[in-house]
Amino acid sequence: MQHHILSVLVLNRPGVLTRIAGLFSRRGFNIFSLAVSPTDDERYSRMTIVVDVESAPLEMITKQLNKLVPVIKISHLAPDHSVEREMMLITVNADLEQRSKVIELANLFDAQVVDVGTSSMMLMSADHPESLDTLETLLEPFGITDVQRTGLVALPKLGTTPRQLRVASASVTGG
Amino acid sequence: MSDIRPGTKLTGAQALIKSLECEGVDVIFGLPGGAILPAYDPIIESPIRHILVRHEQGAGHMAEGYAHASGRPGVCMVTSGPGATNIVTPLADAYIDSIPMVAITGQVSRAGIGTDAFQEVDITGITMPVTKHNWLIRRAADIPTVIKEAFHIATTGRPGPVLVDVPKDVLTETMEWFWPDDVDLPGYKPTLKGHPKQIKQAANLIASSQRPVIYAGGGILKARAAEALREFAELTNIPVVTTLMARGAFPDGHPLHLGMPGMHGMYSAVTAMQRSDLLITLGARFDDRVTGKLDAFAPDAKVIHVDIDPAELGKVRQPDVPIVGDARVIIEALIDEVRSDHTGDDAVDRSDWLETVEAWKTDYPLRYTQEPGGPLKPQFVLERLRDLSPADTIVAAGVGQHQMWAAQFWHFTEPYTWINSGGLGTMGFAVPAAIGAKVAMPERTVWGVDGDGCFQMTAQELVCAAVEQIPVKIAILNNSYLGMVRQWQELFYEERYSEVYLSPDLPDYVKWAESMGCAAFRCEHPDDVDAVIEKANAIHDRPVVIDFRTDYREKVFPMVPVGRSNDDIILGPEEA
Repeated sequence: MQHHILSVLVLNRPGVLTRIAGLFSRRGFNIFSLAVSPTDDERYSRMTIVVDVESAPLEMITKQLNKLVPVIKISHLAPDHSVEREMMLITVNADLEQRSKVIELANLFDAQVVDVGTSSMMLMSADHPESLDTLETLLEPFGITDVQRTGLVALPKLGTTPRQLRVASASVTGG
Repeated sequence: MSDIRPGTKLTGAQALIKSLECEGVDVIFGLPGGAILPAYDPIIESPIRHILVRHEQGAGHMAEGYAHASGRPGVCMVTSGPGATNIVTPLADAYIDSIPMVAITGQVSRAGIGTDAFQEVDITGITMPVTKHNWLIRRAADIPTVIKEAFHIATTGRPGPVLVDVPKDVLTETMEWFWPDDVDLPGYKPTLKGHPKQIKQAANLIASSQRPVIYAGGGILKARAAEALREFAELTNIPVVTTLMARGAFPDGHPLHLGMPGMHGMYSAVTAMQRSDLLITLGARFDDRVTGKLDAFAPDAKVIHVDIDPAELGKVRQPDVPIVGDARVIIEALIDEVRSDHTGDDAVDRSDWLETVEAWKTDYPLRYTQEPGGPLKPQFVLERLRDLSPADTIVAAGVGQHQMWAAQFWHFTEPYTWINSGGLGTMGFAVPAAIGAKVAMPERTVWGVDGDGCFQMTAQELVCAAVEQIPVKIAILNNSYLGMVRQWQELFYEERYSEVYLSPDLPDYVKWAESMGCAAFRCEHPDDVDAVIEKANAIHDRPVVIDFRTDYREKVFPMVPVGRSNDDIILGPEEA
């Protein structure tokens, strides 16, 4: 999938998520994943939105987002210039015989065992989305009963400057 | 409530009305109800005039008409639940046509929110996609700040409607009065000045173009840029088209004016854009009713696109030179650039182009035939209305055939004399919008041009106009049909007429208007038109309604069928 990562700093106010989600649906843009969390400054939250750019040009998405009053700043995080992570909780069937095999696989992927039941185990992994995909595929033969992924979060790599897409200023859209 | 010191204890309701006074509001269009009740008490002492409407939709469109005519934000106030949902249509109308408007809605008390309380709706949720921004106020102490922000957002940048939802117990809660000096909106900073490099590039494109056209949209009026536009057009000697939202932004009858473009535009305007090599787009948005089939629209034209909303640039047509900013500021910068470059009208010889477009104007005028014996043609009525009314008359239209004829046949020589629902196409807009305009401009003649279908949607506001002594005049072009729908069924559905017949006599418009406190006349014959208009124009103490019985067979031409190229323009019934 062609996708882009937008890191959007917004005012920490009720209803902001609805405004953003509503804008995407109203303008026909597709969200692949969306993660929201507070920042170190309690006035703001950060949303990491992975957008499917086949649904609309990225520029249109950022321009429309910028029109929302609570949106303070939008950064486009290019994959090469950002650190991306996603977390996954996954429950697989693992009776006594299978348990060690699952643990072996977990170790290989730096995943942690976070819960163990009589016939199943829960693993946690925070990694690149692609690594999570692979782990999920390899766990499939054991029988997956539950998966929950957080969606991507990302920040710019240190020492590089993210490409700013702050279109409210003429210097970007004006050329 | 004028002398209130900071720190004085006020109720939320008093703070709300005081905040509106601080914003310079002189009129509120509204209708009270349960949740908004506390706010109606301080209105009794306030210098603000409150106009009691008969349906909340009327309040919304009156606020729009007021804003169209005056440029000041229109204010409406209604209660929660159905009161609030009844203004959703006006909000959507104001949003798509960029009309500054502030709507205040009552809300159930804070403890009741989310419990399906009596007359509770999530109006901030409902109106999110049709407002520039909205607020649910949670503390009385926030009222002054929110009202200040609301007016700031409604009137700056690309203007638009905002909504402030106030729970009943916030209105009764006590706060210490203050009025903020400024707004603090870190995420809202509209760009006004264009980028100098882009302005230079635009001037260069203009200087080298052979067949330029200025495509002027409603943004010219919002930016108070009509004078600048005229100076720019005359300096560069470039012909101008004015969209439905920009009628009046450039004077009809000016030698450089080609008229209105679009689906029912003038041949000269439509075709000049099609043949153009440069569209100088000022505050317009390439609406589908202007472009026709998009990939066949102005195929050879480069595009300079000036808009205060960055999201309009590249939304429909990719511009060669995008410029974000206020239309007036940028036109003035362009004028300076053109002057300093000496690339005025003598730089390129465009006499062939100007002769060509002039010939289109002469060869393909608007046309219709009024037979002396009747039936009465709607275009004839409009021409007589135009010629017998003062030049600065404000015209407000509903939506449909009558709207298009009014846009075509009126001669708009001044800005802010044409009020209509362009983007949303809201039937029933004319009567309340005309009332709002007359409230804003009481010394001006205001004619509402309405269809019989439209009139039946909002006519009850004439009761409000009669009671409040707002003497608007309404001309119903009564052809006993939903005329535009009938036209499409005739042309595109093999004359299979489905659910479009109304009735010329039911209701009896004269009796109805009289019962609402208006003077009312009926006119069925071309010979009687002048006399009835003169009679109506002489009445200044109450609203007037004229029921003009017009020919139902008359269709709006020119017409570009929907989905077709503008090159396929149909000039008259013989080609349809």
